[in-house]
Amino acid sequence: MKLEDEVIRKRQRERARIMAWLLGGFVVLLFFITIAKTGINW
Amino acid sequence: MPAIEMSNPAALPADWRDILALTKPRVMSLVVFTGLCGMLAAPVMPPLALGFTAILCIALGAGACGALNQWYEVDVDAKMRRTAKRPLPAGRMQRETALHFGVGLGAFSVLLMGLATNWLAAVLLAASILFYVLVYTVWLKPRTAQNIVIGGAAGAFPPLIGWVAATGQVDVLPLLLFVIVFLWTPPHFWALSLFVRSDYAAAGIPMLPVIAGPQNTRRQIFAYSLVMSAAAVAPWPMAAAGPIYGIGAAILSLVFVVLAARVMGNRSTEPAHMVPEKHLFAYSVFYLFALFTVLVVDRFLA
Repeated sequence: MKLEDEVIRKRQRERARIMAWLLGGFVVLLFFITIAKTGINW
Repeated sequence: MPAIEMSNPAALPADWRDILALTKPRVMSLVVFTGLCGMLAAPVMPPLALGFTAILCIALGAGACGALNQWYEVDVDAKMRRTAKRPLPAGRMQRETALHFGVGLGAFSVLLMGLATNWLAAVLLAASILFYVLVYTVWLKPRTAQNIVIGGAAGAFPPLIGWVAATGQVDVLPLLLFVIVFLWTPPHFWALSLFVRSDYAAAGIPMLPVIAGPQNTRRQIFAYSLVMSAAAVAPWPMAAAGPIYGIGAAILSLVFVVLAARVMGNRSTEPAHMVPEKHLFAYSVFYLFALFTVLVVDRFLA
């Protein structure tokens, strides 16, 4: 594998990992927004 | 990242650190803080999740502004020492990446703000993004020495948005906060542009020191400092804030005016001798943080 290919793969992996965390965080945020909007008390 | 020679670094997928740098995180911190204080100064508190989302949206909106600003100003940034190492002028990222990221982030922040809080806050957030990108970056900045005076309105939106996100309506105090940040912006940026004047001149940006000269700029800084100080204290006599805020604002503003007077008294044209300008610039950042902190303290102790 060429050095450029390695860099491309590394960056793709890093971005995919960050995107997964952001999407997971967004799902959690949407859950809490929904709870707050519906006024459910825990 | 290893130090290697790439045939075309911009053709590679952008590094996430460069994408983060597009959002100008340091500028974002001040925007987030003023937005948070605008929300905390409001008479009603939104649920924690909605308040957090509103501040997140303000941060994302500011990030979108930073990305779109860097997308549009890549040629200008390349000519200035202060900005030449940014991802786009340094050739580490394709321009389209910044454009797509900025537009996507801006649209996402406005939609999320509308869905989570209210659509008035979302409209204000959209207006602030459009104002910063279209009115300030594209229209005013390359054309007039008054760019930062009118463009300062974009940075004045966050406390207003924070308040509206909490209450759903506009009131006297958030409008005063808007005016304070609006009037704070020119002396803050002109102090900076005095000691990086050669950078702006090389890039062809008509900042006031480049067009009108250092002495005229110093007089303008002092004049704006006086008007800003009056606006900063105004919430107290207008009964929009209490004495803790009023006294705090008066002391902070007095120091600001004294530092601005020292700037006006300086005659140097050499950046190395512009110590008063550097002091004023540093203090102006502290001033805004401190003023908004005092406002929130006053709100919770009153």
